[in-house]
Amino acid sequence: MSDLDMKRRNFLKTSVGAAAVAIAPGMMLFQVANGSSEGVSAKVRWGMLIDTNQCKTGCNDCVTACNKENGLSGETKATDAQWIRKIEIKDISSGREVSLPMMCQHCEHPPCVDVCPTNASMKRADGIVLVDKHRCIGCRYCIMACPYKARSFVHEPLHDQNPDVPRGKGTVESCTLCVHRVDQGLQPACAEACPNKAILFGDLNDPQSEIAKKVRTVASVQVRADLRLNPGVRYQGL
Amino acid sequence: MKMILFILLLAVSPVWAADAVAPKIDIGRGGECVKDPQWMRKNHMHLLKHQRDETLRKGARDDKVSLKGCIECHASTSDDSVTARADSFCVACHHYEAVKIDCFECHSGKRKSAWLQQRNAK
Repeated sequence: MSDLDMKRRNFLKTSVGAAAVAIAPGMMLFQVANGSSEGVSAKVRWGMLIDTNQCKTGCNDCVTACNKENGLSGETKATDAQWIRKIEIKDISSGREVSLPMMCQHCEHPPCVDVCPTNASMKRADGIVLVDKHRCIGCRYCIMACPYKARSFVHEPLHDQNPDVPRGKGTVESCTLCVHRVDQGLQPACAEACPNKAILFGDLNDPQSEIAKKVRTVASVQVRADLRLNPGVRYQGL
Repeated sequence: MKMILFILLLAVSPVWAADAVAPKIDIGRGGECVKDPQWMRKNHMHLLKHQRDETLRKGARDDKVSLKGCIECHASTSDDSVTARADSFCVACHHYEAVKIDCFECHSGKRKSAWLQQRNAK
């Protein structure tokens, strides 16, 4: 091997080392930080536990709170956006009736994200499933793909939106788990509004959180668990 | 002599020409929190486009370069908006430059504090 070759090899070795040193602190910073300017952390998994025993038939407070927070009209026509809706179900053989709120279940493996042709439908690192309306072309594949019928399409031009909740015609939207509130350390509007505290919101990944403790101790189910989407929203007493 | 006069005229003319036809903008509270005005005129769209992806997709919220942050200072002090009138902060310049802005099809052009006040009064 010539002298020239050796020099070249040494140069490459040292430059690779230097590059690793230069990049490593940045990588470390990215992994350690979970402050707001650094983005959300994948160590967190936001979720909800809904106690259907506490959810009263006829009560619509969560829906009203959601509509007010996110600037929805509150109408329920076919062309109106609904992010959360109340459902009454009845077991025919026993006659037992249950009332529950249904919204985006913030799946770990969301079908809406799988089918989106523009990557607009996305899951944030902390498990919140969102629509990037900058990319959404309004094809509505995600509406078809969602087994929970959680998504809506905006048909009409909108005015005077909440500065925290941009919404616009021609895009698909759904429950954001009140991401603008969660990022400020607040609860989603529906959880805060429930008079019976039937909606428990928190970090499923933190073993010390109230929701994780409750999920560990009481029986709860995921709706359509057979699809193995691992929703972040769980129901108790269903 | 003629040459000097010509050069002088060239140097001076853009200043008064720009002044005569430049849009009259209501800059609201104004101020210089990100970079100087000339830099911002050229590059604000890159900042906004970068920040929108950081915020939505990564959850990194930086108030200083967020659209809401811009509006907070630059919304008119009379109607709390960057879009309401022909001389509002965003509209005046974009109309002059004939560049259509889509931001406010979805985003609110109102100052957040004012919007919240209005909602809570309802």
